[in-house]
Amino acid sequence: MADKLISKIPDGPLSEKWTKRKSEIHLVSPNNKRKLEIIVVGTGLGGASAAASLGELGYNVKVFCISDSPRRAHSIAAQGGINAAKNYQNDNDSIYRLFYDTIKGGDYRAREANVYRLAEVSAAIIDQCVAQGIPFAREYGGYLANRSFGGVQVSRTFYARGQTGQQLLLGAYASLNKEIAAGTVKSYPRHEMLDLVVINGEAKGIIARNLVTGQLERFGAHAVVIATGGYGNTYFLSTNAMNSNGSAAMQCYRKGAYFANPCFAQIHPTCIPVHGDQQCKLTLMSESLRNDGRIWVPKKIEDVEKLRKHQIKASQIPEEDRDYYLERRYPAFGNLVPRDVASRAAKERCDAGFGVNETGKAVFLDFSDAIRRLGHQKVAERYGNLFEMYEKITASSPWEEPMMIYPAIHYTMGGIWVDYDLQTTIPGLYAIGEANFSDHGGNRLGASALMQGLADGYFVIPVTIGDYLSHKFAEPKTDINAPEFAVAEKAVQARIDRLFSIKGTETVDSLHKELGHIMWEYVGMARDEEGLKTAITKIKELRERFYKDVKVPGTQFEFNQELEKALRLEDFFDIGELMAYDALNRRESCGGHFRIESQTEEGEAKRDDANFMYVAAWEYKGEGKEPELHKENLKYEFIEVKTRNYKD
Amino acid sequence: MNFNVKIWRQRNAKAKGHFETYHIDDIESDASFLEMLDILNEKLIREGIDPVSFDHDCREGICGACSLYIDGRAHGPDDHVTTCQLFMRHFKDGATITVEPWRSSAFPVIKDLVVDRRAYDKILQAGGFISVRTGAAQDANNILIGHDTAEESMDAAACIGCGACVATCKNGSAMLFVAARVSSLALLPQGKVEAAKRARAMVAKMDELGFGNCTNTRACELECPKGISVAHIARLNREFLKAKFSE
Repeated sequence: MADKLISKIPDGPLSEKWTKRKSEIHLVSPNNKRKLEIIVVGTGLGGASAAASLGELGYNVKVFCISDSPRRAHSIAAQGGINAAKNYQNDNDSIYRLFYDTIKGGDYRAREANVYRLAEVSAAIIDQCVAQGIPFAREYGGYLANRSFGGVQVSRTFYARGQTGQQLLLGAYASLNKEIAAGTVKSYPRHEMLDLVVINGEAKGIIARNLVTGQLERFGAHAVVIATGGYGNTYFLSTNAMNSNGSAAMQCYRKGAYFANPCFAQIHPTCIPVHGDQQCKLTLMSESLRNDGRIWVPKKIEDVEKLRKHQIKASQIPEEDRDYYLERRYPAFGNLVPRDVASRAAKERCDAGFGVNETGKAVFLDFSDAIRRLGHQKVAERYGNLFEMYEKITASSPWEEPMMIYPAIHYTMGGIWVDYDLQTTIPGLYAIGEANFSDHGGNRLGASALMQGLADGYFVIPVTIGDYLSHKFAEPKTDINAPEFAVAEKAVQARIDRLFSIKGTETVDSLHKELGHIMWEYVGMARDEEGLKTAITKIKELRERFYKDVKVPGTQFEFNQELEKALRLEDFFDIGELMAYDALNRRESCGGHFRIESQTEEGEAKRDDANFMYVAAWEYKGEGKEPELHKENLKYEFIEVKTRNYKD
Repeated sequence: MNFNVKIWRQRNAKAKGHFETYHIDDIESDASFLEMLDILNEKLIREGIDPVSFDHDCREGICGACSLYIDGRAHGPDDHVTTCQLFMRHFKDGATITVEPWRSSAFPVIKDLVVDRRAYDKILQAGGFISVRTGAAQDANNILIGHDTAEESMDAAACIGCGACVATCKNGSAMLFVAARVSSLALLPQGKVEAAKRARAMVAKMDELGFGNCTNTRACELECPKGISVAHIARLNREFLKAKFSE
């Protein structure tokens, strides 16, 4: 069935592909749009902007979210900023340069055409957001301010303090509210999608659970858009919000949508370390800290032991006994190497026994040099709010002692496979934002997630979905009494009944935590064949234990957060396994995926373009069966494929 | 650390609620308040007791989901933080901690500590936006906004919609929430066009939904986790009066 992987990339020069595709797409007239229904699942930047824009066009939109309000989606927590090729700084930025940086940052595993389109629409995103009243940072002359982010040499990041995601989401949510008021969009908060309904091979609706009443409800449409974000919480501990999950994506996968590059997960180097086993959530500290902070561990193991016993403080360790390992290993980039490189280097030192806290999983991020060099005031201007946030959480002041940081799961580049139109392998089913795989390859650059969510939602899906719907306006509304809805609902009901019938002794969280340990240990920052095979076996065993011994309290027909978590954990088992299969298959090191077997003599990641320059799209083959691999070969026509080098 | 946690239990919106006290041991002082509740819930599940429901999500103080009234204060004893950013080191070892949901007729209880805040969405749907269609915007730098004006707008836009102001106000007024949105948009040239209409529509919706009146006690400002100033209420009042005069 490899012929399902038709990427639909338009012919012609890179810069004309999107224009060409837009001109080919059939239009739907306003009176016909009124007859068409679209379901959007998720209300982060992708979902909210898509639902609002589709509503404006006149479609009938139903939008779903699991929280009490669309505004709570996890896009709200993005700190740093959003990239756009505006060239307001006159620093020779351009659409091509943003495209190039993104492809290179993704370690040459993203599609050229999709990434170019992303860069092409980026400028319009900023225009749109300003028009919505988003208070971006301004210069004194009233013009928009910019800053720089990792992996690039220009200043193209727009920001609203450290709350850019919040402001962009509130903008998209405001547009959504405008359409809800206008009656084009109907909002269903506290509703969780539990299955996709496919009729005659096409996506026609969803089964959702009303999280307040517990009832299963059927919703029909002419097309379904998945905007439910990433699957980082497979690892239990991550910087994702507690309720972020990969369930909608897994439901689509089990219904026939291919899942692409699941092993590409981003591990962010600067998170506050785990403080004990009572923890359930990790907090990110902004990447910007690495501009002035120096990362180190002690050279002497005796100092490490004293630190762990609180016999000495970091500031008492003399300069010559400190190992600034990033500066040592990567003299050209030093502390500003990309996220994946910095994360692996921290792990290497901690694995060697040099971790600086009780758990052995922390390194120092030290500002004492910066404070000496720049003075207290300058450092406070740059990082004061971050220092405060760190102190609030850890009760330790970065002004006196270095911060302790450790890598944590932050974002997933993999996702549902989509073509150039963002349509999945199931006709009528679309995936946007972090939920799809399309734009970041093996590694995502900072400030690009917000850009992609809004590009997909405001500017891509409202156009491309028309191509499919232009053939559908004569079709009647989807009948939710169709047998396919009944079958899907029955299957969901059976899943729920099964969970309640187990009546075991182990809590959902304790089992999720174990899954997290397996994932972090074997499918984390360094992976090898043996470990990945172990992971697959261990996940299967854990899943069996779950079905034998999980305890889900309460009943279905009430507000029941334990049931919600149990259903999501079932899907995390599947995702974890799929990630391990994909990581096992990809016998190269690339972006966030590091195979121990594929490294240079100096221990650097070694890509294998001859054998792995493809998108791995996985097809579900049934419960407990190995998924089938399909390959979409990547062609680089407009960019020269190079090896990333940060040493010199 | 050890605690007695006295928690509001209520099966559903229609059921009668009551307090239950649970004892919990061995909590790390670095644990957050919600992590303490997670641990309590693990214990309750193992003991066959229904775990305590509470809203939470990002646990970074930005999503606005968490909403606990702790020892008589919205978001608990620490200043300018959400419940998820409150840590157990702020409590005395052995203390009895009282935990309630937001109390407001406009936010009915769904279960235990979870309330229904859809009224906030409805207020914003009444006018908390700028009527711009996707694709209609001009170049971003064509709208000049002074640095300080943008910063002031951002101060108001920092509202996370948690509902602490309503829970704190003795009248159950949502004025700070409404004012934050109205003010943030009214400060910007893009938002001025609809400013008066917006203020009128949002205030009317707030009244309709059963929120109380503002009597300027300023309690909301003190308990707002984002420190949003009541000065924005003054701006809302100006916009509201403008709307009245133009009628």
